[in-house]
Formats: sequence, C-alpha cells, structure tokens
Amino acid sequence: MATEYWPNSRLRTKTGLGVWEHRGKVAVAGIGFAPTMRRWDGEDLSTSVGALTIVAAQKALDDAGISKGEIDGVVACPIGMGDNWGPESVTGRPYFAPPYDTEDGLIGTSADWLVKNMGLWNAKSTFHGAACFNTAMSVGAQVVGDGLANTILVIRGMGNPPGRYHQAPDTNYSGPRQWSAPFDWRLEPLIAYGFDQYCRKYGKTHDMVAPFVLNQRRNGLLMPEGYYAQHRPETPTKEDYLAARWVVKPMCIMDMDLPIQTAVAFVVTTGERARGMKQKPVYILTHCSQRGVVRSTTETLDETEAFAANIAGMCYEGSGLTARELDVFNPYDGYTLFTQYYLEAFGWHGVKRGEALDFYAGDIRVEGPHPFSSSGGNNGNGRTRSWGQYDCIQQLRGQAGRRQVRIKAETAIAGAFTPGTSDWTVYSTSPD
Amino acid sequence: MPKQSPIPDELDRPFWAACNEGRLVIQHCTRCDRLQHPPEPTCAQCGSADNLEWRQVSGRGRIYSYAVMYDTPVTVLQADQPFNIVVITLEEDPGIQMLSHLPGTTVDQVPWGASVQVEFETTPNGQKVPEWRVVG
Ligand SMILES: [Zn+2]
Repeated sequence: MATEYWPNSRLRTKTGLGVWEHRGKVAVAGIGFAPTMRRWDGEDLSTSVGALTIVAAQKALDDAGISKGEIDGVVACPIGMGDNWGPESVTGRPYFAPPYDTEDGLIGTSADWLVKNMGLWNAKSTFHGAACFNTAMSVGAQVVGDGLANTILVIRGMGNPPGRYHQAPDTNYSGPRQWSAPFDWRLEPLIAYGFDQYCRKYGKTHDMVAPFVLNQRRNGLLMPEGYYAQHRPETPTKEDYLAARWVVKPMCIMDMDLPIQTAVAFVVTTGERARGMKQKPVYILTHCSQRGVVRSTTETLDETEAFAANIAGMCYEGSGLTARELDVFNPYDGYTLFTQYYLEAFGWHGVKRGEALDFYAGDIRVEGPHPFSSSGGNNGNGRTRSWGQYDCIQQLRGQAGRRQVRIKAETAIAGAFTPGTSDWTVYSTSPD
Repeated sequence: MPKQSPIPDELDRPFWAACNEGRLVIQHCTRCDRLQHPPEPTCAQCGSADNLEWRQVSGRGRIYSYAVMYDTPVTVLQADQPFNIVVITLEEDPGIQMLSHLPGTTVDQVPWGASVQVEFETTPNGQKVPEWRVVG
C-alpha cells in the first residue's frame, strides 16, 4: 500500500490549542545535506535526487552517530521542486531501469523509495507531508511525539531537471485556475502586488530590501553546504540589486531564490533517545501549520498580515515562548518580498508592523546584535526551503561555524512557505 | 490582449454565460446577504447551498493594487510583455476582487485607487472574460 499523506486535520493549524502536548519530548538528533547542483544533467544516476537523498540521509545518520537499523520510520515530502521528468510522451524523456522507472527518485523522493533503496529494513512506518520539508518536519515531530515511530528520518529530495521549469503552453483553463490564469495571476504576482501594497501602506520602497538580500547572500557564502558557497562564491552589491531585471515588478530576479537540485535529511527521535546519541539534542517545543483561506480571488495585505500573525501566535502559544525569548530566527525568504511579514508578526528583536525594511538597514550580520536569518536562507543558498531548519539546529548546537551568532542561541524558529500556507518548528537547547 | 480561455463547468456556467451576454453576475447568498467570488458549491459563511443565487452587479470597481509582469511562463502572454496585472475591488463589496490587464492603460502607469468599469473581452475559444478600463 502506498504511503498516505498526513491529513491537515492532524496538524496544528490554529491558536487556542495551548502548549504542544509533546513539548520538549521530541528532538532533532542528526542533520545532513547532500551536495548541491544547479540542475541534474539527466544522465548520471549517481546524482539523481533519489541518490542524493540517500547521501543526505547517511550524513544525518552519521551526524547522530546511529546505524540505519535504528531507523523505524520515514517521513518525506515526496514532491520535488521542478517539473516532472516524464512521461516520455509529454516530455520526450524516457524513464530508466528500476528504481528509476517512475518520477520517484528522479524529481522527488518518497519515504517508500528511500526505505527500499537505502535498505532501511527496520523502517515500518512511513508518512508523507506535503508540500515542503517544513511540513514533513511538523508531521515527523507529531509522529515521534505520538509514538507512531521512535527514531525517524525526515527527508526531502529536490529534483531540478534540465530546462526552464513551470513553462505553461496551455491555452485553456478549467477549475480554480480559470479565475486567475487568463490574467497570469500566480504566486509571483501575488507576492509582488502584496509588497506594492505594503510599501504604500507603510511608506516604504523596494530598494530598502537590498540590505536584507545582500546579507542573505553574505550568510550563504558562510554556509559550506549551500549552492553559492559551493558553486558561485559571488558578493553582489547594492548596485547589482538595483539593476537586477524585473520578473514581476516590484519583484526582481534577486528577490527570488535559485532552483537547485539537492536533498536534506534530519534524524528526529524522542528526547530521551536523543540524549544517548552523538550530538547535543535540539528539542522541539512545538510545530504548527498555517492553512489560510482567503475570501475572494486573491490574498489582500490585510489577510497576509493576519495569516502571519496567526503563525506567530501558534508558535508562541505552542512553545510557551515569548518574542523576547526567541534567539535564532529563520523565516522563509524564497521571495524576499514576504519575509517582512514574518519578522513583524513574530516581533523578533522588537520589530513592529511596518518597521522591517528599516530594520534591514541596521546591523543584521551574523556577527552583530540582530543576526536575522542567520542561515542565509534560500536566497543565499538555493531553493530547498530547509536551510532555515538546518541553521537552527547548527546554531543551537554551536556548530554553525563562521555563521555562529554571537548572541545567545538557546531557542530558534524556522518555517516556510507563504504566510497563507506554511509550516513552522520551534526549537530549544532545553526540553523544559 | 490575447489570454488563456476559461472552460466553464457546472458550478460557474451562469457566470460565464452572463459574460457572453455582456453582464457581470456574482454569486450571492440570500440568507447572509453576502457576495462571494470565485463561486463555490456552498456559502462560505453559512455553509448552505440552498440560498445561493446569481446577482447582477454594476460593473463598477476600484483599483486596489497592481504588479507588472516582465517574465511570464505562460506562452500566449509572452509576446505582450511587460503588461499590467491589476487587482480590482467591486463597488458593491470591496472584499470581492477581480483581475485585469487594464486595457487602455500604459504599462506601469496604473492610477492607484482609480475607478474602473467592466467590459468583456473574447478569448481564443470564444468565451468572453471580464476586463476593466479606467473611467473618469
Ligand atoms: Zn450564507
């Protein structure tokens, strides 16, 4: 039987639920990233996304100091980032011999694929969380907390096959897309127009985002696992940002993260078991998921800000933390034009509504007093939606290397994707 | 400008049929006296399917905000880049939005907050879609 998707009804999607029932009882014990590449070459199966997921998973096991026989469950976000590889009749690309005779392992990696091809003989429980690593982390935290498995791998493979992706040659649309497609309304215009609305409301301008983007890229070069550090060690300037081409004005190409191929894996286990493993445990205080519903055709700025406020409310309520107690903060930045909603909603370092872009002008370097998004995010490392989670663990262990923040690092939050639809994890060095 | 065609389905056929007659109709719950768009099988407020009707609206609205598309993945739109994508709110209920390329308005010269009037544009499969033009 194919692994089933974890239902939204079993996620924490609203405030009022109180402190998470498994607060501090679940921990991250191992983390691993595969090497990054801009795109898969379409030939070398040793760098397929499936193969890269095995690499990431082995790194996470080694990091935790455990063997694969100790893994009794796998939670995957089985969906890749790019377009599908096949079928041949559509893309002209034939599948390969097993285990590459379907999309699985070529564009994303399912829990079942990993269990089979990594030989995780003891992994009896498999679950899917879509469509993000952060969703898989929420599911994983709940799976271990509920005792459905004891020590699991949480994985996401991000396949990016050759060619520009998400091209749309369709001339007709039915269903929900018929309201938006004729006008080219997609996520990018939504974020761009929302930012335009934000600027009008608070009297801000697009160029004020530059310090944030440049700092993300700077932090990215301090992340050895990231795409830019590995392949393009560039240091863009403010002039580069201001001259960057518009994709959908006011969003420019440097506001968007670069699609890459790689894979990530975390070992998640009970706090008690984690204490017996190699690394200092990083405890999960809560997880939550935003599944916002808009009233009409698109999301208004008021709705966006309400969604972000709900996320912050769920994170703080479920963890029992306050904004003052939040040290490391890695909200999603895949479009840098929505990160301000998170910063303002969480009130990290006292930032209030309408103040985020001014905050970016201050000292947000990892060495400084306000090390915002210390991971470098997806803008600084390539599109995985998991660098924030990865950095939180490293920072709380004191293993972030040149990115290690100088401020106290005892609690952390990471999450992705949009204010309307995203999943978040709250971490602590202490289970209490 | 050329755009993709919607294909009406059971739920929204009255909306698209009205467009072809040059009328803008919006789903309305008579129990809640509330408009909703896009149409749904039930009222989002009271959950009932029994009180939904189609109400003709004035076709007047206001520009809420906009973006300018420079790099679309949609093939049929690429020749017209860059183009405006504008969010319109309806006069009867500003909580209801519709989208527009704002024909007649220069790219990136969108008058924020301006009044607009609906018109109907024929798409390749013959189905008309609502478009909006700045008035006054
Ligand atoms: Zn109703």
